Amino acid sequence: MRVTIRLFGRLQDLAGASVLEREIEAPATAAGVWQALAAEHPAIAPYAQSVSVAVNADFARMTARLEEGDEVAFLPPVSGG
Amino acid sequence: MSDRRLAIGPDAIDLAELVRVVSAKDPGSHGAIVTFVGTVRGENKGRRVTRLEYEAYEPLALRAFSIISDEVSEHWPSARVAFHHRTGSLAVGDTSVAIAAASPHRAEAFSACRYVIERLKQVAPVWKHEFFEGGEAWIEGATADPHDASAREEAYRRSCV
Repeated sequence: MRVTIRLFGRLQDLAGASVLEREIEAPATAAGVWQALAAEHPAIAPYAQSVSVAVNADFARMTARLEEGDEVAFLPPVSGG
Repeated sequence: MSDRRLAIGPDAIDLAELVRVVSAKDPGSHGAIVTFVGTVRGENKGRRVTRLEYEAYEPLALRAFSIISDEVSEHWPSARVAFHHRTGSLAVGDTSVAIAAASPHRAEAFSACRYVIERLKQVAPVWKHEFFEGGEAWIEGATADPHDASAREEAYRRSCV
């Protein structure tokens, strides 16, 4: 199934893209997408402990199950204000 | 969005609008309005900052703002808050965020206003890309997790000094 991956902050610099489309095996979780992405772009791997995740623009857990067409976003530690 | 209470985007922030928004509903019920304005500081960690570029995941930021607003209502049921965050390239001195909090008495208004900025820094999906003399760096603070009870407790504690 196809998912859209969005990266923010320094993650997009490290991966060289802010939006990626990927074909993944179902069933899939956000964690699985992260691991595949980190294998593709090892520079993002150190963020495994500090990244947070959103699915379809709502806060989610890494264990969240993904559906066809979902948008999964990986967020490095935030710095608004 | 039609509700201008919570907003994020590239437009300049109008503090007067935020004050109007919190005072429009039942104006006689509020005896206090507290505002907070966050601006771009020209120094950070010994670096001379030239500008900040704010990036946000806007739909998720609005979700976070709504969660924060609901938490304010739980802690201070009589308080009403409005807050806007700006995105894009901001010069030193520009306003990046503004908050207005209204309540019948001043204590709740001060606390609600402080709570919003503390929580916003913890959970809003917004990132500062700092440009300074000699380089640039992404600023990274808290891992955003609105369900982290200890972070929420810390924000509440700071708001009730």
